[in-house]
Amino acid sequence: MEHQPPPFFKTGPTPLARLLIFSSLSMTLLVADTLFGYLTPLRRIAAAVVYPLQRIAVAPAAIARRIGEFFVTQAALRAENTRLAAENLSSAAQLQQLQALQAENAQLRELIGARRRLDAKVVAAEVLYAARDPFSRKIIVDKGQQNGIEAGQAVVDDRGVVGQVTRVYPWLAEVTLITDKGQFVPVQNLRNGLRAVLSGTGREGSLELRFIPLNADFQDGDRLATSGIDGVYPPGLPVAEVANVERNAAQLFARITCRPLAGVASHTQLLVVIGRPDVPPRPVEEPKPPRPKRARKG
Amino acid sequence: MAETRAAPQEILLPVKPGFIALTLVAALLLNLLPWSGYGLWVKPDFVALVVLYWCIEAPRKIGFLVAWLLGLTMDVADGTLFGQHALAYTILAYAGIVLHRRVRMFAITPQVLHVIPLLLMNDLIVLGIRVLAGAEFPGFQYFIGSFIGGALWPVMGALFRLPQRPQVDPDHA
Repeated sequence: MEHQPPPFFKTGPTPLARLLIFSSLSMTLLVADTLFGYLTPLRRIAAAVVYPLQRIAVAPAAIARRIGEFFVTQAALRAENTRLAAENLSSAAQLQQLQALQAENAQLRELIGARRRLDAKVVAAEVLYAARDPFSRKIIVDKGQQNGIEAGQAVVDDRGVVGQVTRVYPWLAEVTLITDKGQFVPVQNLRNGLRAVLSGTGREGSLELRFIPLNADFQDGDRLATSGIDGVYPPGLPVAEVANVERNAAQLFARITCRPLAGVASHTQLLVVIGRPDVPPRPVEEPKPPRPKRARKG
Repeated sequence: MAETRAAPQEILLPVKPGFIALTLVAALLLNLLPWSGYGLWVKPDFVALVVLYWCIEAPRKIGFLVAWLLGLTMDVADGTLFGQHALAYTILAYAGIVLHRRVRMFAITPQVLHVIPLLLMNDLIVLGIRVLAGAEFPGFQYFIGSFIGGALWPVMGALFRLPQRPQVDPDHA
């Protein structure tokens, strides 16, 4: 290949002009994405293009894990087997109880005319990787639109709520963990039924209950489960445990920090709860009757 | 003092566009590896590093469009705000192209002193956008990656120059 003579007179726009063009394009995209959320279709298309690259990049780690699983010692397997058998035995007893209770519960609910709770379907999904974004707490799982996953569905593991699906791509879904700053879960204190909203802090393994009055009955070790009043999370899923309650009379609200029960930062297998609890539609707000003109005084 | 100024200039073959594309795809794959935990903190932004390298070494062969598109790819893959990496890489490419004559005066190791501030600027742009959008400052470990990126620069330079070395034909040596 030969050196081309430098084109002295025709080099297109100057670097500064190009910088301005591309910067303003990026700015437009940023504003359209953050303020208006116009870009979902565009993002889907781009995600489909990037998908093969992502799978290739994740492949080595997955292969390494498979190989690691292959070389499990027999002793470890036997230990696990005995543990699982014991667990199975105890959970079988619980299951029998549960079935009886469920039947009883259904009957009682019918008696009082309550809405039957949706027995939610779940889809098992595997975590591909944690999103490489130091500003948020998200993970990417290997199930997407093709498996019936929609934005807004709850994601749980064997111990409790992990997060919520926030973006869906054709074959992938992005799950925002409950520890993400700006992620909220309506919960209920299992001990006394107090309702509250649990919010993420952006730090690992730390959640907090905000705007709880100083005298509210929350104690260390209280268990919090989803209350189901939001229509997003099915009711009764364990979420967190109160870790520390700090009541400072100088402040308006108690400072309540909680620990998530689910292994929010450490799991590979998750369940996505398909199908939302069927909440009756919101009452349509009637247009307010025009305010009668106030009779002028005097 | 004399060593820090231009190392004996090697005459290198012009770089092939295919090789540039190959390195960019490799950088993208490295960025897309499932980094997490401490790995995420020490991970340099490989795409930024490679884009900067080619903007300095071959400013006529790589341009703003490539940097911008790679930025969009990173935004989609990470599920971050659409345009944050695009903006950062565009500005990085501009800095690389404007400074390329100056940076190339230096040998590859002293170039690191130019590279680290540029990578930090890249980080700061992303940080600024996220903070404006409502995120919290993730702590100073956020900047570690750029220093690691600077440390990788000489290695990368040596590696990328290998295919540009003229092959000495032993018969005519």
